[in-house]
Amino acid sequence: MTTTTPPAPVAGVTAAPRKSASSAAREGLTGRWASAAAIVIAVLWTLPTFGLFISSFRPESEVKTNGWWNVFTDPQLTLDSYKQVINGADIDLATYLINSVVITIPSVLIPISLAVMAAYAFAWIPFRGRDTLFVAVFALQIVPIQVTMIPLLRLYVDPPFNLMPLSGNDAPGGGFYTVWLSHTIFALPLAIFLLHNFMREIPGELIESARVDGAGHVQIFSKIMLPLMTPAIAAFGIFQFLWVWNDLLVALVFAGGNPSVSPLTVRLAALAGQRGEDWHLLSAGAFVSLVVPLVVFLSLQRYFVRGLLAGSVKG
Amino acid sequence: MSSTDKLVQMVIAVVLFFAVMGVILILTTKLRSRTGEKVQAAAFIAPSLLLIAIGLLYPALRTIYQSFFGSAYEPLVGSEGGTFNGLDNYRQIFTNDDLLQVLQNTAVWVVLTPLLATGIGLVYAVLIDRSRFEKVAKALIFLPMAISLVGASIIWKFVYDYKGSDQSQLGVLNGLLKAAGFDTYRFLLTEPWNTLFLIVIIVWVQAGFAMTILSAAIKAIPDDIIEAARLDGVNGLKLFRYITVPSIRPSLIVVLTTISITTLKVFDIVRTATGGQFGTSVLAYEFYVQSFRSFNFGLGAALATLIFVLVTPIVVYNIRQMRRLEAR
Repeated sequence: MTTTTPPAPVAGVTAAPRKSASSAAREGLTGRWASAAAIVIAVLWTLPTFGLFISSFRPESEVKTNGWWNVFTDPQLTLDSYKQVINGADIDLATYLINSVVITIPSVLIPISLAVMAAYAFAWIPFRGRDTLFVAVFALQIVPIQVTMIPLLRLYVDPPFNLMPLSGNDAPGGGFYTVWLSHTIFALPLAIFLLHNFMREIPGELIESARVDGAGHVQIFSKIMLPLMTPAIAAFGIFQFLWVWNDLLVALVFAGGNPSVSPLTVRLAALAGQRGEDWHLLSAGAFVSLVVPLVVFLSLQRYFVRGLLAGSVKG
Repeated sequence: MSSTDKLVQMVIAVVLFFAVMGVILILTTKLRSRTGEKVQAAAFIAPSLLLIAIGLLYPALRTIYQSFFGSAYEPLVGSEGGTFNGLDNYRQIFTNDDLLQVLQNTAVWVVLTPLLATGIGLVYAVLIDRSRFEKVAKALIFLPMAISLVGASIIWKFVYDYKGSDQSQLGVLNGLLKAAGFDTYRFLLTEPWNTLFLIVIIVWVQAGFAMTILSAAIKAIPDDIIEAARLDGVNGLKLFRYITVPSIRPSLIVVLTTISITTLKVFDIVRTATGGQFGTSVLAYEFYVQSFRSFNFGLGAALATLIFVLVTPIVVYNIRQMRRLEAR
């Protein structure tokens, strides 16, 4: 351990340390009480998850007969619930885990790619009616997905012009297409809007000088924009990932309860309904579904904070 | 389909998508003229616009249209046998007792959730700002955001779990009640308070979002403003009230708006925790029940349209705020 000696205070010139609004406010709220309040909130927020977490490692008989806090006086831990939930024949979360992966990856990559391109055009290719079109796209965020579901479902089942139906018995690919497509559509307005805002922060001179040097839009887009946009794209990507991974409504409606294409959330919701009292299975199941988003979130958090700040600093 | 098949299918779909996009981009590289630029703009924008038009605009209009038809209407098989019955679906929503209860619940959700989540997020952001444990403290509150609403509902169902007072308790809340010598309580079954206990779940999830955005905004407040205020003797609660809150007003509005809209559309919590029974249903869940369980497509469409109508003023207000900020 290295210790740094604080610089000796110069007599008479005690520069007051700079404080942020909140730390100053916090001091005014008397430091000790403030910390206590923060700790209380943190504990309240963590305790529910903690209880379920502990339960997922307790033997079935214990989970069903006494509260999880008894683990502190009588520690019995086992991985049985996880084994049963992941590979047990009647629960088999492993299959649903794969479904979640298969649903989520295209549903993140495709809308973001489309949105980055559209955002680039809205930001840096001048054409007539651009602003009107952009406002229209933004405004369509208003449409709640509930409003779109039935007509969309009908388009998938019974498309016009004799196109191939994307869902129903003849569906190609077992029915993932409708879920991918729906997630893509629902993500686009917000993705275009946010990425456009990030894109506008990049100085125009950069694009102009590249154009003078003879670069076309495609080169500027791929060589300049994409690298500069990485943090923003990653930040939005994390959000989109969490939304899709955690989604229940789209999966229920467009995968139609078909077990071979339903994600974890659908299975979990069903478990919670059928086996409301099987806490050992529910708790392990909840944690299986939680691990992937948690890992993604924690490992990419720095992008998230950077991207988020990049957007909010303006103004 | 086996798991390998599914993964292969996924890889093919993604590769195909990027191949098509790549070809489009390479083709448009060759174009340098004025018209070329227009074609490029179209190539960049058209796929998104097409999807939005087919997947959002058309269905939205269609649903609004449907909401004026009776339930014989069968949208999935395309038979348009339903009769036009004008505003009947809406009249039903506003006169049927069960549906009125749904409306009332939705109102409680939309008023309480943004206020509570934003309030807690703001207070917490202020309390932990520049403390030594800021990162850990933030992560603790933010983690529920990574949990699905289904997962969150299961976690809270466990917290709320009910057993008779004479039995050993599984849920921590009833455990505490019993330890304190009170009778145990049916948190999710007792009307009307069960709605509040469901709202706790969404507040638990959304407070982290509010905290993150507001914390960033607080850090962006210029130091000299605070110092000037402190020189004037403004401190503590007053500083919070007169400097911090006004300075982050735009962020507060964004957070309140986002959470209100999310709340209006949330259906997972109600579905997982109570299945909409015991007087806990909300608009977004009732839409699902009417459309996909009772096959009352007309009424379902009217409920969806109602969500749409309720979201609109919130978003319009937000756009105007945004415009005003940009103009400044």
